[in-house]
Amino acid sequence: MADIHGNGGKFLVGIFDDDDVVLKAVKEVKQAGVRIHEVYSPFPIHGLDVALGHPRTRLGIAAFLFGLTGTLTALSLTAYTEKFDWPMVVGGKDSYSFPVYIPVIFELTVLFCALGMVGTFLVSNGLGPSVKPLMFDLRTTDNKFAMAIDLSKNQLVEGRIEQILKDAGAAEVNVKQF
Amino acid sequence: MASVHAIPSLEQEYEFTSESKRRLMIGIGAGVVLVAIGAFLLASGVGDHSHEVVQGQGHSAGHEGEHGFKWTTRLWANLWLNAVYFTGVSVIGMFFISYNYLAQAGWSSVFKRIPEAMPAFLPVTGIVMLVTFFVAGHDLFHWTHHDLYDPNSEHYDPIIAGKSGFLNTPFYVIRIVVYFVAWYGLWRILRNFSLQEDLNGGTEYYEKSIKFATAFLVVFAVTSSTSAWDFVMSIDTHWFSTMFGWYTLASWHVTGLAVITLTVITLKERGYLQAVNENHLHDLGKFMFAFSIFWTYVWFAQFMLIYYANLPEETIYYRERFSGYGGIYQAPFFINLFLNFVFPFLVLMTRDAKRTNIFMKIACWGIIVGHYFDFYTNIMPGTVGEHGGFGPIEFGMILIFACGFMWSVSTQLAKANLYPKNHPMIEEAIHHDI
Repeated sequence: MADIHGNGGKFLVGIFDDDDVVLKAVKEVKQAGVRIHEVYSPFPIHGLDVALGHPRTRLGIAAFLFGLTGTLTALSLTAYTEKFDWPMVVGGKDSYSFPVYIPVIFELTVLFCALGMVGTFLVSNGLGPSVKPLMFDLRTTDNKFAMAIDLSKNQLVEGRIEQILKDAGAAEVNVKQF
Repeated sequence: MASVHAIPSLEQEYEFTSESKRRLMIGIGAGVVLVAIGAFLLASGVGDHSHEVVQGQGHSAGHEGEHGFKWTTRLWANLWLNAVYFTGVSVIGMFFISYNYLAQAGWSSVFKRIPEAMPAFLPVTGIVMLVTFFVAGHDLFHWTHHDLYDPNSEHYDPIIAGKSGFLNTPFYVIRIVVYFVAWYGLWRILRNFSLQEDLNGGTEYYEKSIKFATAFLVVFAVTSSTSAWDFVMSIDTHWFSTMFGWYTLASWHVTGLAVITLTVITLKERGYLQAVNENHLHDLGKFMFAFSIFWTYVWFAQFMLIYYANLPEETIYYRERFSGYGGIYQAPFFINLFLNFVFPFLVLMTRDAKRTNIFMKIACWGIIVGHYFDFYTNIMPGTVGEHGGFGPIEFGMILIFACGFMWSVSTQLAKANLYPKNHPMIEEAIHHDI
């Protein structure tokens, strides 16, 4: 069995030459009753996420929580240093003057959100130092489109899936074992 | 997905029905009646609680004190406020099509006729401004008083005298005329190309439009700032802010976008512009969301530095609005921040909201009303001070200008096919998919 990133699985990889063909193929392959693991493309294809039936992304929730952490950190940092630990009067203002700290709060919100999203990106894509990335086909970083099918999650036999992929317009079909 | 959208016909005429005309006429009539009631109440001194205060202050109130307060000032200030607001909305129509031409943007061409219809209102606001300036310039603009510039006069003001190279009546009038002639003239050229393109087709008009749109953007880069100083900032003559040009442009821009969006949605709900789909609305929603935040950023950048530096000659501007004149401008001050930042920020946050008519309409109305209060807080304290308020005269004047603006836009929409059917990007726009 493969883990969520596909480690340890056996895959059939259909290679396509054209983004329109692969988009059409997704529908045909799904129509034929094959479960698609993922489609890899050198650039985003409009409508591919809908065709693959990916669930709505939850990245927004993650971003909100990271941002909220930053906001609260900045609020407590400014409040602790300026109000409780070492109150200072600057420019005749109260030692905790909220408008002055809005830039700090804004910046830390953005910083926490950005760094958190980078981390989320690395984790959710199985990237990072010393992690070996899964490449179904190196050419998907150049000009080819790959449709990966996890054989352990499909009932159909290998030869039948290969035929379905070819019928849908795949230029070649390879077997990939991780 | 692109393939799901049915492609409607590009032949569609907007009909400015006599029913709509009747309603707009009633609106203008109601506005006139409200203004008349408000003027009568002001003239008879009803509801003006600060009357005695001003009498008591006499000359200590400074330069304004010598004139006393005339109730007509509030009428003129309202006229000026609405003229500035609707000038902005109108010219943003031109600004929108211009930067879309320069960026060679395709998606907006499907509803391009709406921003294209807006600048037709410019001559009206221009004339209103000129008339207001000639009739009531002394009441609204402190810098128009001659004795401020005379070193022998007791009213001599060295700070204002130092600005006389820019703030003098002939140059000011020339500038106003130049703004309106340049904006309106360039719009006429683009509009003419657009109409010719409908008849003749080809990419020739598109190429020429890009050139003139670029010219407009160069002109507007300068005039948007200088007009903001002239129309709004010069009212508080002593005070200045280097952010003010951007600030006013941001305010005008987001209002214009809200008006464009609201018009598109309204037309769509009436069965027009069916080629505009939720993807276009989504992009317009992102536009409004982004520029609401941009406006807030500029507003805050201006406020923060003044707040932090705490220089009396600068903070007086916010003091007047926050707690001055008996605190009457505190409510508009916060309504402004709420409706222009918090409200659109929360309403337009999600993708689904930007693709849903009702949320978009709510956000549009919030922005349109909110930015009225933006200009209200910028113009009213410096012109009417403690005599300000929100009564029939304000409502009536808004009604007159809004109905007039809608009349002007509807007339322009009825003059041409509702889609620029030979626009080179129209095909791309119909298939817009995000």
